[in-house]
Formats: sequence, C-alpha cells, structure tokens
Amino acid sequence: MNIAAKKESNALVVTVSGRMDAVTAPEFEKSIAAFIAQGEKAFVINLSGLEYISSAGLRSILASAKRLKEQNGKIIFSGLQGHVKEVFAISGFQGIFKIYDSDAEGLKGI
Amino acid sequence: MSSTGRVKMPAVLENLQAITECVTAAASSAGFSARRIGDMELALEEAVTNVFKYANPGNPGEIEVACASGGGKFSIEIRDSGQEFDITKLPDPDLSQDISERPIGGLGAYLIKKIADDVNYRRLSGFNVLTLVFNLEIKK
Repeated sequence: MNIAAKKESNALVVTVSGRMDAVTAPEFEKSIAAFIAQGEKAFVINLSGLEYISSAGLRSILASAKRLKEQNGKIIFSGLQGHVKEVFAISGFQGIFKIYDSDAEGLKGI
Repeated sequence: MSSTGRVKMPAVLENLQAITECVTAAASSAGFSARRIGDMELALEEAVTNVFKYANPGNPGEIEVACASGGGKFSIEIRDSGQEFDITKLPDPDLSQDISERPIGGLGAYLIKKIADDVNYRRLSGFNVLTLVFNLEIKK
C-alpha cells in the first residue's frame, strides 16, 4: 500500500494505492491520525489506485471517520474501482460516506 | 482442469500472504477469472484473520488451508484447532447505522457470506472446519 497526500485549498487529498488488507490497513489509520494531529480536518480519499480492500481496510476507514466526526471533520471518497466499489456496496459504506467520481468533484462537494 | 493446493503453518498474520498465494495460484491454474480470484482472496483473508485473532488467544496454533477445483467450482477448506467458532451463526451487521453508530468490526463474516456461493461450518474432533465454495461464474 502506498499513501500520498496533497494539500488543496479546502481539504487534504490522500491518494491510497495498492492493497488495504489486514497487514497494511493499520498504516492508513495511523497516517490519517497523524494528519488530524497536524490540524487537517477535511479529507478527500482517492482510491482510484486501490486494487483490494478487506474488512480490515473498512475498519481503519471507519475508525478514521469516527475520529474525524468527533472533531467536526469530514471525510469523503473518490475514484472507487471494481473490487473496492463492490466491497463498499456490500458493506453499506456506499450509504454512509459521500463518494465522488473524481477529486475535483469531491473537493466541490466536501 | 483440476487443481489443488495445501498449506499448513502457524496461525499468525505474517503468514497471510503465503496462505493467499497458495490458494490464488491453484485457482488461477484452474482457470478462474481474476475477478473471482479476488473474491476468493477476500473471503479467505476474512476467514483466516478470524482464526489468527480468535482461535487461540495468546498462543497461536496452526492453520491448515486446502483448496481444490472440480465441476466448475472451487472449494477452500480452512481448519484450525482453536476454540469452537461458527461464523455462519454470527448475526448480520446493521448496514443502516451511520458513522457514529456503526460498531468497529463485524464485517468480515458478513463479507464471506455475501461473496462465497456456499459457506459451511463443522466442528470435527476438536477442529473448526470452514468450507468456502465458489462457482466459476460471479454470484448474482
């Protein structure tokens, strides 16, 4: 899994690629926690390069979202593909998170 | 073409990749699509990480995973000697809860049930035996 962040005017765009599984998912949660500690409160998570996600990945996303919600922050998603889109649908994450096709739309919608 | 795989190793997270590779290699040589193999990989990860976490608290035992293709199906059998744990009996999560209400966790067993075409659990002479079956075609 690779995580890259880019600061935009109204949010931090975090691009996650590769695999978010039981081994790598804790890294995502740690990265988001570190960004929150630095004062970031609005996140667009770009998953267009994420090939695989398991419940461990969903768990780290939900934990990050809960942490942000406590601080009146926001987290939205962009670019979900194939397998990841399907897992978001099955687990009901599609219903609890805002999901956009692109970062640009996400930045407008956040 | 039929294809089989078998692996037995300590039930620890460090072995997730080796277990996954054993199964995906067999499914791939049996002619299953990348998408179906992705489904298997997900269900397998959910099943084996449950064993890693809960089967033998504080003292990881062994896990044995065997897989075989035949008749347009691919079956994966996961066996561990840990405490009895039947994932098929777990209640489904409430998917309508929002971010603050949703409990952390509890989605693994649900994903297995939604993705595999058949899930069967047996307790056999002190072993948990979980069998996941996948059809060649995507589950509707």
